[in-house]
Amino acid sequence: MKKHTMGSSKTKLTVLTYAALIAGAVIMIFPFVWMLLTSSKTVDESMAIPPTILPNQIMGDNFVDAVKSLPFLNLYINTALMIFFRVICAVAFSSMAGYAFAQLEFKGKKLLFGIVLVQMSLPSQIFIIPQYQMVAKMGLANTVFALVFPGIVSAFGVFFLRQTYMGIPKEIGEAAYLDGCNQWQTFTKIMFPLTGTSVAALTIFTAVFAFGDLMWPLVVNSDLNMMTLSSGLATLRGQFSTNFPVLMAGSLLAMLPMVVLYLIFQKQFIEGIATTGGK
Amino acid sequence: MKKNNKLSRTSRQEQLWAYIMVAPTIIGLIVLNLWPFVQTVYTSFCEHLGFGHYQFVGLENYIKMFQNPEFWRATWNTILFCILTVPVGLFLSLLVAVMLNAKIKFKGGFRTIFFLPMVCAPAAVTMVWRWIFNGEYGILNQVLGTKIGWITDPNVVMVSCAIVAIWSNIGYDAILLLAGLQNIPKSLYEANSIDGAGKVRQFFTITLPMVSPTLFVVMIMRLMASVKVYDLIYMMVEETNPAVTNVQSLMYLFYRSSFVAGDRGYGSAIVIWTVLLIGMVTIIQFVGQKKWVNYDV
Repeated sequence: MKKHTMGSSKTKLTVLTYAALIAGAVIMIFPFVWMLLTSSKTVDESMAIPPTILPNQIMGDNFVDAVKSLPFLNLYINTALMIFFRVICAVAFSSMAGYAFAQLEFKGKKLLFGIVLVQMSLPSQIFIIPQYQMVAKMGLANTVFALVFPGIVSAFGVFFLRQTYMGIPKEIGEAAYLDGCNQWQTFTKIMFPLTGTSVAALTIFTAVFAFGDLMWPLVVNSDLNMMTLSSGLATLRGQFSTNFPVLMAGSLLAMLPMVVLYLIFQKQFIEGIATTGGK
Repeated sequence: MKKNNKLSRTSRQEQLWAYIMVAPTIIGLIVLNLWPFVQTVYTSFCEHLGFGHYQFVGLENYIKMFQNPEFWRATWNTILFCILTVPVGLFLSLLVAVMLNAKIKFKGGFRTIFFLPMVCAPAAVTMVWRWIFNGEYGILNQVLGTKIGWITDPNVVMVSCAIVAIWSNIGYDAILLLAGLQNIPKSLYEANSIDGAGKVRQFFTITLPMVSPTLFVVMIMRLMASVKVYDLIYMMVEETNPAVTNVQSLMYLFYRSSFVAGDRGYGSAIVIWTVLLIGMVTIIQFVGQKKWVNYDV
């Protein structure tokens, strides 16, 4: 009898858990579904009262309008290049520095690592005005370089990869040295290949945050053709303030590449963000 | 003797390599961050004359800032945004994490869905929320049968932004908390279930204390990010919206002052103030943590 009541309260809890999770999932997914549905509606349909849930047709007109008012091809290329170079820089420089800070002994190590920690604890906005002035002075505003500029080094990347390299026993490096490798060869041939998971995590972290970054691209590239997907959308918002079907089509186009990548590499995305978490 | 020689030669070589390997990072940090930081501090005591020329004006920007009600409003908005989003967001994230940690099916599917807003640019997701919140034709008012100006009513707009912020971050925070939950040894629960403790009691006696260090880290991270909030509010409430002063955060005001109005000295003062605010919040948190974070186990 007792066993029975315990069992049923457990079932109740399980049912409740499923109900709550499903309700939560619906709330999480609804805006995306609504975006998709609205992107196929005419303006009249979108403004109908009571609301039309499903569009009467599957239509590409809003996407055509969005592409006409924003140079999406440029935005894709700019965003992809920005992410590509930021990832390459973050991975290359952070791996080198992370390895040196974790595995090598040198004078001034603590002081230099202190600089890394200071950068990490300050909000990025504190650097923006001088960074912008540097880019402007070099005459490089409205270029892909300008988009990459603040991401050339990643203090967080150094911090994160240093932790990874600290987990590799020093004996491995010493063994490589006895085999005749110098420090650089030990790093490139032995150590770096051991950090694949962390490098993947840093790549995803860097890409996702560069993709979402809004203030820097808005400040530095005002030319529509040199914008990123995020800053381009901000302009589209001003242009079509009431034409929501076009805005939804534009937003869908902007987030599509990252969503597709996410759905393919779900596990890596979630684990990558979880291990880099806390930043 | 010979061995010693060799060692010192290696360590000298090691040092040289170390400097070469940290050089790009250190040079980059000095040029891109350390020097700009010094410049921003200096600029906050200057007036921008245009074209990157500055004149030292002492504390003028700070005096102007402290006398400006718009600035105090932005500070209050930032604090209010933290108060509205962080506790509720953390509670819901912990709830989701606990449920995802239970023995359920489709765990991966739920995880994927809850995490989805994280990979969509804030600019894109806020766009659909603007549509859902639209006062005249938005689906939310139609479903509720209300006529609330979610984005235009000065009294409501902050709540709308808070809802979007919580919705955006729930999955991310839940994933971090889930990692913390999975580190709790199963044996603790087994020992407890013999005592016949209920699930809810178990949550308060075992789960919450054990996960409190992770919860603290997530809270600090979320607070820092919330003090710096900009993109979400900027996308939700454009500058021409009359409700903007009721929701404008410090970083929004910084953006407008520095890059729309071009008053970079004033903008720098605002960002310095924000850093001080972040510092204060962090200190309060670290003092307060002794009361509730459990590092014993």
